[in-house]
Amino acid sequence: MAKLTMVQAINLALHQEMEKDEDVVVLGEDVGIDGGVFRVTDGLIDKFGEERVMDTPLAESGITGFSIGMAIYGLKPVCEMQFSGFGYMAMHQLEAHAARMRARSGGRFHVPMVIRMPYGGGVKALEHHSESREAYWAHTPGLKMVIPSTPRNARALLVSAIRDPDPVVFYEPKSSYRAFREEVPEGEETIPIGQSEIVREGEDLTLISYGAMMRPTLEAAEILEEEDGVQCEVIDLMTISPIDDSKFTESAKKTGRVVLVHEAPRSFGPGAEIIARLVEKSFLYLEAPIRRVTGYDVVIPLFQREFDYLPSAERIMRAARETLDF
Amino acid sequence: MPREKIDLEQDIEYLSILNEKGEIDEDLEPDMKDDLLLDLHRAMLFGRRFDERMLNLQRGGKMGTFAPIKGQEAAQLGAVACLEDKDWLVPSFRETAAEIWRGKRPKNILLAYAGFSEGGVIPKGINNLPAAIPVGTQTLHAAGIGYGIKFKGKKQVVMTFFGDGATSEGDFHEALNFAGVFNTPTIFVCQNNHWAISINRSRQSKSKTLAQKAIAYGIPGIQVDGNDVLAVYAAAKEAVERARNGEGPTFIECVTYRMSVHTTADDPKRYRSDEEVEKWEKRDPISRFQKYLKRKDLLSDEEIKEIESEIKDEIKKIVKGWEKKKKELEGRVEMFEGTFAELPAYLVEQKEEFESELPEKPEKPEDAKKQEAAEEDEEEAAEEAGEEGDDEDEKAEAEEEPEADEESEE
Repeated sequence: MAKLTMVQAINLALHQEMEKDEDVVVLGEDVGIDGGVFRVTDGLIDKFGEERVMDTPLAESGITGFSIGMAIYGLKPVCEMQFSGFGYMAMHQLEAHAARMRARSGGRFHVPMVIRMPYGGGVKALEHHSESREAYWAHTPGLKMVIPSTPRNARALLVSAIRDPDPVVFYEPKSSYRAFREEVPEGEETIPIGQSEIVREGEDLTLISYGAMMRPTLEAAEILEEEDGVQCEVIDLMTISPIDDSKFTESAKKTGRVVLVHEAPRSFGPGAEIIARLVEKSFLYLEAPIRRVTGYDVVIPLFQREFDYLPSAERIMRAARETLDF
Repeated sequence: MPREKIDLEQDIEYLSILNEKGEIDEDLEPDMKDDLLLDLHRAMLFGRRFDERMLNLQRGGKMGTFAPIKGQEAAQLGAVACLEDKDWLVPSFRETAAEIWRGKRPKNILLAYAGFSEGGVIPKGINNLPAAIPVGTQTLHAAGIGYGIKFKGKKQVVMTFFGDGATSEGDFHEALNFAGVFNTPTIFVCQNNHWAISINRSRQSKSKTLAQKAIAYGIPGIQVDGNDVLAVYAAAKEAVERARNGEGPTFIECVTYRMSVHTTADDPKRYRSDEEVEKWEKRDPISRFQKYLKRKDLLSDEEIKEIESEIKDEIKKIVKGWEKKKKELEGRVEMFEGTFAELPAYLVEQKEEFESELPEKPEKPEDAKKQEAAEEDEEEAAEEAGEEGDDEDEKAEAEEEPEADEESEE
């Protein structure tokens, strides 16, 4: 086992899947010679050549529609949107075609492709480089939406995404790309898409999050234990769609109190769906109103103020304490 | 430090072989077998009559909105006639005749336009994508499929269709650009029918031809008389050969005319004159092709009548089969299955919720079921003898895991 950053772990997944399956092709802007602007695809072109690691013209809809054609033909394209803020150009192709091809062709064709996009704030980036808009994709029937939180689960989820027979939007938390390292086994490891994980067990309060917000969420859980003696159960969704509600609805039945955390804007965000399911499935067990610690419903500020926008361990702890005191 | 003309090494030609009087430029006449000429004629006529029947069914309230092809039979059939079965077709929504040429069942076309998703089923072994509705988006799929062909080292090509309106869409430009950069075996066929609903070709682009847009992407482009099936065939043949030989994509602009409505929800009188339509009626692709075939002694007026009558019977049978299939499908609900390969838990829940709300249907007695099955077999046997196929088999085939091109390999 090696201690890897998330960038290295995703790179490992790509290397291993490309070695294993000759139909896996990587394409996007600057993914070849440059190895990607975040170096996620570093070294792939040297090993697999430019037929399988394709530097494309600068056209996000083009990359996506081209990948759809490749996938229909039988390849397994893993395409990159350089930043999720430019991925909206891909939305028409994904919504109109990738997500529908299986249904529209009566099952004759399907679109086994992965669309990787770095997302989220916290790296002092330019405008259009910091948004967290997973709800757009998760709202689309026929698309899967995955967001890893650590190097190890990023690697295991990407392998599953590449092998998945349906299109998967894979959001990578860029603030976690190099922020920490984790042991990642050299041998094969997968995590099923559509499965959440309890990463910390507890009896008093359920914290639900995913992606980059797992770090402040876990930090808050630790401080709450140290300072308040509160045992938080922390759930990492990992897949936004198809969402796995089995663990968080059960956890809520046990704790009766829930705080959920995401950096996406609050209104119509993933949290709203989570709360709806808690109301449907755990309502009679709830002992306090559910709190959402999220990004605000505003244009994400330029980087001097982005940490005022992003949920922090402090904001999470405040919401948790209010929920516990209710 | 000169200021001089850049040699683009590319010109745009216009190709016309058979004019509206049925006169031919023998030097340009493509080498086509008599059987192919007659098959094309029949397919064009079938396309026209099937189109008329669909319009009629739509006006009678039996079918939903669709886009008629009237006037564009040569532009689409002349092009797909150059494809082999193993090749790929990526159509837009106005290629009914081309889709039928490539094996799509007319009954399924009717079913889809009558609002049944079952009509969209594409049998294994037929490499047609479903008709794309969002304008121009499909051109990128043809570029990507072309890359797949090249990647796998297959001798296939892929042909995509779109209209003049699509050339204003970004996806069209991205598709030509990707196909050019990656040198894919893709043939882009623009049916410039002059009207994108109410917007004239002149409002789509200031450029003199649409074909010249190929120059910007470094690929061959040609403008042809799209109502001249021989010219369309000749241009497409060259493009297909180039693609098959690894020489990359081609853009063909077929200048044609949409003689009917945009879709059945459209009233063209609001934006174009009767005189304009009459002018184009004189350039009808079918009548000029008939003149040519008669001059070649391949076809007589008597034979045309016979073919017309055969087509009429065939369409009658198709419509009858469709009416029956519709009745059968009216009781069936299929909505959840095609979303993912496997239904996630929440979709299973929604499906169960939906089914629990359906009114209960009385079970049919066994005898009635047997009787129905027997009738079905009879009809299928009759259909096998004709052009129509067996839908249930298609369904079974389509449910298998698709293997992109195993069946169509050389």
